[in-house]
Amino acid sequence: MTKSQREELATEARSLGQDAWTQLKSNRMARLGGFLFLTILLLCIFGPLISGKENAATNLAYGAQPPSLEHWFGTDDLGRDILVRTLNGGRVSIGVGFAATVVALLIGLPYGVIAGYYSGRTDAVMMRFVDALYALPFTIIVVLLTTFLGRSIWLIFLAIGAVEWLTMARIVRGQTRTLRKLTYIEAAKVNGVSNPKIMIRHILPSCMSAVIVYTTLTIPAVILLESILSFLGLGVQPPMGSWGSLINEGAQKLDIYPWQLVFPALFFSLTLFSLNFIGDGLRDALDPRDKK
Amino acid sequence: MLLHLTRRFLQAIPTLWLIATLTFFLLHLAPGGPFDDEKSLDPAIKAQVEAHFGFDQPLYQQYFKFMGNLLKGELGPSYKYAGWNVDEIIVQSFPVSLELGGIALLIAMSIGVPIGVTAALRHGKASEAGLMAFAMIGICLPTFVLGPLLLLIFSSYLGWFNTLGWNLPGDRVLPAITLGLFYAGYITRLARTGMLEVLQQDYIRTAKAKGLSSLTVINRHALRTGLYPVISYMGPAIAGLISGSFVVETIFFIPGLGQFFVNSAFNRDYTLVMGTVLFYAVLILLFNLIVDMVQMWINPRTRHD
Repeated sequence: MTKSQREELATEARSLGQDAWTQLKSNRMARLGGFLFLTILLLCIFGPLISGKENAATNLAYGAQPPSLEHWFGTDDLGRDILVRTLNGGRVSIGVGFAATVVALLIGLPYGVIAGYYSGRTDAVMMRFVDALYALPFTIIVVLLTTFLGRSIWLIFLAIGAVEWLTMARIVRGQTRTLRKLTYIEAAKVNGVSNPKIMIRHILPSCMSAVIVYTTLTIPAVILLESILSFLGLGVQPPMGSWGSLINEGAQKLDIYPWQLVFPALFFSLTLFSLNFIGDGLRDALDPRDKK
Repeated sequence: MLLHLTRRFLQAIPTLWLIATLTFFLLHLAPGGPFDDEKSLDPAIKAQVEAHFGFDQPLYQQYFKFMGNLLKGELGPSYKYAGWNVDEIIVQSFPVSLELGGIALLIAMSIGVPIGVTAALRHGKASEAGLMAFAMIGICLPTFVLGPLLLLIFSSYLGWFNTLGWNLPGDRVLPAITLGLFYAGYITRLARTGMLEVLQQDYIRTAKAKGLSSLTVINRHALRTGLYPVISYMGPAIAGLISGSFVVETIFFIPGLGQFFVNSAFNRDYTLVMGTVLFYAVLILLFNLIVDMVQMWINPRTRHD
């Protein structure tokens, strides 16, 4: 083999990550979703700072005004700028989305790996518990948990994370069960590698592509769940507002000030839209059965 | 079949026990009780009220009493709706939720299945993309966005429907669409995927080759297998319709069970929370069982598992 031939071969070797990235970039909807989500994210992070308007600055005399040059999205009945409130609401919604997903990962990953790795009775007991909670829709469990935990924002993402891990655990367990029978795990065992080390060094990394896909799909699910809670009044409490509670406020006054409903709803729907497209794109990109 | 049914029934018992126990302890260990925010309440009266509901007893005694009553089918009195038993509240309000959910499911099926099947038949054409874009809209508009938007357009501007209430037949239209549209979108996607897979099968080609009209091929041969994913989805869909009803009933002020559940969570009305959660759990387990049986009936391969 000549040197040039070797170089040619070397360029063809791509890691799973690189491969997935190339595929993801070629997926038009995922690209659009990524661009849209980044835009919304940056707007939410930096927008309120640049606007120079205060989130809670009320101006009762000013009251609710339709969209204008001064207030692009209009103002609510307390004279607060809807654009700033929407962007601030996005911080809460997206923030809770990410934080609760991290909670779900922190519980679900170890739970799933342990249940799947040890199998047998350990697995049966651990998964019976998951199955029992699965009998109820997540919304019901979260409403139940908010009754118990109270309604501060920290507890809400904890409560949501405390449900979303169930699916994560199931997925990771399924992956682990197929992996643990493979010869390289057996080889590691024979070499005297301890069980925890096998789980962390050998099993977890191999579960990653499934975990990444499911994580990107969990974030929009969490944002939706938080918004449902806030819409019902069981979530984020005023004066703090998430997209759910802003939409709720807007829905109550939709006859008089429709802009108060339309703009938060638009941002919210676009975010869900974009995150779902990214998730779908990632799933296609990381699916080994679907390699081009 | 009978063995399978019995096994499923037996499996449901520990599930329900676990849910009942978890909810009981969660709610009783929670800081604050249902009578805390009534500040005007005299401590002596408060103690008397709490004694009336058995709060003065040790927790384990309350637990056994609760489980005992549960076995008898009694869910106890509501703490907030004075004079009402939890089972009475459920019996009163559940039919409303059932009607709402039923119409929503009907709408979802009668929109989703035809569109999904049509999209599969037009695979690769522009009309397929259009139909699927419509389905995507349904999926990305959550109930609490769609409901107010429908109200804004059809009640406020056009004045076709009432904004709230549950009295006239017309009052059913907007809530049911709000609840059903997401499922219509999802069912469209499932029906399309299922049909696409079936239409590539050899037996469909055989049916076509022997000269059957395409209508017969679809109706007699393809639909039964093609709609299998839709049937499997009915279990999760029903669970979703239940939680969706919380939002829809709140938006349209419908006196269904969902509203009572949300309010009971607000009021820390323990007995009502627990009663509703358990009722929902039984309902979902029951529906899953029915869906399972329908699946076994349609697809003989799932019978001997």
